[in-house]
Amino acid sequence: MKTARVAYSGAIHAAQPTDDGRLRLPDGRVVEEHAVVWLPPVDAGTIVALGLNYADHVKELSRELVVAPNDEPLVFLKGPGTLLGHRGATRRPAGLAFMHYECELAVVIGRTARHVKRSNAMEHVAGYAVCNDYAFRDYLENWYRPNLRVKNRDGATVLGPWLVDAADVPRPHALGLRTYVNGQLTQQGNTADMIHDIPALIAYLSAFMTLSAGDVILTGTPEGVVNVNVGDEVATEIDGIGRLVNTIVGDEAFGRARQPDA
Amino acid sequence: MDFALPVPPYRLSGVVYATLLNDPAQVRDLGDRAYEAPYKEPPVAPVLGLKPRNTIVSNDAAIVVPPGVEHLAMGPSLGIVIGRPACRVAAAEARDVIAGFVVVNDISIPVPSHYRPAVRFRARDGFCPISSDFATWDALPGPPDSLRVAVQIDGHLVHAGSTSGRTRGVCKLLADVTEFMTLQPGDVLLLGGPAAAPVAGPGSHVRIEIEGVGALQNRYVAAEATA
Repeated sequence: MKTARVAYSGAIHAAQPTDDGRLRLPDGRVVEEHAVVWLPPVDAGTIVALGLNYADHVKELSRELVVAPNDEPLVFLKGPGTLLGHRGATRRPAGLAFMHYECELAVVIGRTARHVKRSNAMEHVAGYAVCNDYAFRDYLENWYRPNLRVKNRDGATVLGPWLVDAADVPRPHALGLRTYVNGQLTQQGNTADMIHDIPALIAYLSAFMTLSAGDVILTGTPEGVVNVNVGDEVATEIDGIGRLVNTIVGDEAFGRARQPDA
Repeated sequence: MDFALPVPPYRLSGVVYATLLNDPAQVRDLGDRAYEAPYKEPPVAPVLGLKPRNTIVSNDAAIVVPPGVEHLAMGPSLGIVIGRPACRVAAAEARDVIAGFVVVNDISIPVPSHYRPAVRFRARDGFCPISSDFATWDALPGPPDSLRVAVQIDGHLVHAGSTSGRTRGVCKLLADVTEFMTLQPGDVLLLGGPAAAPVAGPGSHVRIEIEGVGALQNRYVAAEATA
């Protein structure tokens, strides 16, 4: 089952897709998908993100960097203000040189996980969503890197459109990921190429922190990250999970005066 | 989790952002290392981390020292409780978005490097106790950047410091953080602990007092005791 969370006609609803591409609300109404405001599909608790979790992306960032499965995962945390729903707008600050998307498989935890073994880790997964976790690389500093100014900006972690039940995703480590900027394919990968797979991540994290239902693990991105500009439409998609659309807007849309070009 | 406040928004949201290396001595103590790889230069923007919901516990909670760890680093900090949505707040207007202050301990396993987010060292269960004591700005005996901080371990004074002398004081910190991320009512932003913070091991009782705000006390137990 796929479930979205949408705002429609003055209230927030769970919504399911119909066969003809519309949305069915629990109260019986069937509405066009453009008639609703799409919210992140889960009321997320702790958001854990992975850096450098695809070998090809590691190579893309640095020739010298080598990450192996027996290395400790590079994890960082994100706050709730960074989440944004399907078809939302993300602000690109004026004067920035490099802002890029990251198409990622989001894993939503379904029940409390503490000291979970790899062998039964997948029992703790409620479902999956597509995530586009933007990075604003100009702000990168080497203290607790990636620092929050790069990875925890308002509305820069797009999540959705659906939460897809784990039962409907029998092979989460065999899914193609793709990103299109204005319809052009720019990023391609497969969840088979994760350095630390989902059970490894749940085992690693739950060994030192209790994960609870609603916590989200963003499992990293493959190679192919390119700069995006104001006006671009960025679509991130994962086989069987969904296609998540986001638009880049400028400072003016957020009431910020245009900065003089540096 | 019961973190009621006597003023709006009447409760904490559970979102806690920690400020790290906000005591200039913490970077100064690194000496030339702050200019060498992997850091290359001292921090420019505020250095921040998150204390996720599994870390948040109340006054009097027992805090588990993980197996194989001798002692934990204490991070006695002023917690700034947000009262109104705070986006692009000017330092001169920061007071208007602050509901008040709490006492927080940003606990960590002593971190060997400041290069990576160190989640395994900083985000363990119980590593962010928050006082039930709370004070509004008006109730403080002075500005929030000039409050005495005292840490007692087993009744002995082990740290006598102050909230003063930070790289960014309360208002400047709020201004620089809300430039790129909005804080919501009930969120807590930590001013950050001092360079010379004490450590505590299993069996210790730690009491942190911030002048005019209140006290936070917790005991530290070995992992086996709660297994």
